[in-house]
Amino acid sequence: MARITAGIGCSHIPVLGFAFDHRRTEEPIFKPAFDGFSWTRDWLREKATPDIVILVYNDHASAFDMKVIPTFAIGCGERFLPADEGFGPRPVPTVEGHPDLAWHIAQSLILDEFDMTIINEMEVDHGLTVPLSMMFGAVERWPVKVIPLAVNVVTYPPPSGNRCWALGEAIARAVENFPEDLDVQVWGTGGMSHQLQGPRAGLINPEWDNRFLDRLAGDTQELRTIPHIEYLRETGSEGIEMVMWLIMRGALGRSTRALHRHYHVPVSNTALGHIVLEPVDGSVPPSATLEGNDPTAQALIA
Amino acid sequence: MTGPRDVEAYLAEFEDIPGTRVFTARRARQGYHLNQFAMSLMKPENRERFKADEQAYLDEWPMSEEQKQAVRDRDYNRLLDLGGNIYFLAKVFSSDGLSFLQAVSTMTGMSVEEYQAMMLAGGRSPEGVRSKKEER
Repeated sequence: MARITAGIGCSHIPVLGFAFDHRRTEEPIFKPAFDGFSWTRDWLREKATPDIVILVYNDHASAFDMKVIPTFAIGCGERFLPADEGFGPRPVPTVEGHPDLAWHIAQSLILDEFDMTIINEMEVDHGLTVPLSMMFGAVERWPVKVIPLAVNVVTYPPPSGNRCWALGEAIARAVENFPEDLDVQVWGTGGMSHQLQGPRAGLINPEWDNRFLDRLAGDTQELRTIPHIEYLRETGSEGIEMVMWLIMRGALGRSTRALHRHYHVPVSNTALGHIVLEPVDGSVPPSATLEGNDPTAQALIA
Repeated sequence: MTGPRDVEAYLAEFEDIPGTRVFTARRARQGYHLNQFAMSLMKPENRERFKADEQAYLDEWPMSEEQKQAVRDRDYNRLLDLGGNIYFLAKVFSSDGLSFLQAVSTMTGMSVEEYQAMMLAGGRSPEGVRSKKEER
């Protein structure tokens, strides 16, 4: 049986990809950011390399333009090439997918009443490739298969935090029901506080960010109820990306423990947040749907 | 539940955040061709054509004259007001060889150096820029 072994939350800051690709990680401006990932690199290499990472991220007008805007999209293809974001594609390995598990998750989520968009071909931008570089460093090929899970956090409204958490729970149910023996991690990327537009650009709110990190560990579900307006007011217009961390948190179940945590300001325009979580009690509620045989759902149409 | 029961009430709150343009459906509609124009600059051949003759390239897109002028002026706050989205507009400033930090600073009324110094000192505090009506 497949199992979710850990979750990682982290920013996916493009300038870190740039610094990594140009071998500038030891420069004073970048070093504190990269140093915060060394614990995780060692842990992944020596103790906890998963077979598959479900990598939750947002596309930044690379694979998707304004023509099609999926709220939740899952990559079911064999492989995903790094996107050319204007400076040529990042010189990183091709991302290998896991179509069997991805299709299984897509089917399970749709039966769980999440209207997923299924993507068989797309390129992946810094939102997906920067976290891989931060976690695995310079490698000939990525040591894991990756299932991209893209979330719209650009065009309003993005999904609510509660919906994201519930999606994570549904992912956990899907993974548990996959018959192969696989270790799966879920990574939620993006954020933390940052605003890239308008006269208020440059907003950073370390107190709020750290309170968010506090509540990812343990068994509180308070983060589910934070409305969009609070992210916008407190963490800047792009801080809304933190809802993607809640997909990761929801997938880890009832209770978690933090293994590693790092917070650094600033990197370019943003705060950098990073946390490694393991499930303590990974149980998630059963599917409250008709196809999930939920009695309440059955009664509604009886 | 966190979901809004009233979309208009949900949207109204976004107008209360100082110095911020949330990319609502209204802006997405208004800026559709502007953002698709910006997206076209992902391709090197389009960047070359745009650089060779900005006006001619812009005229290929069904954008308003205001939008075209704001692109020529590289007035990013104006472009946001006219429906631009920063991730799409990034294709314009990337074509100009500007980093996010350089381009973003132009929207703040600060010089690049002042903005960079603010970021190095920990960024802009949310104090006083959370809400216009509540002045907090």
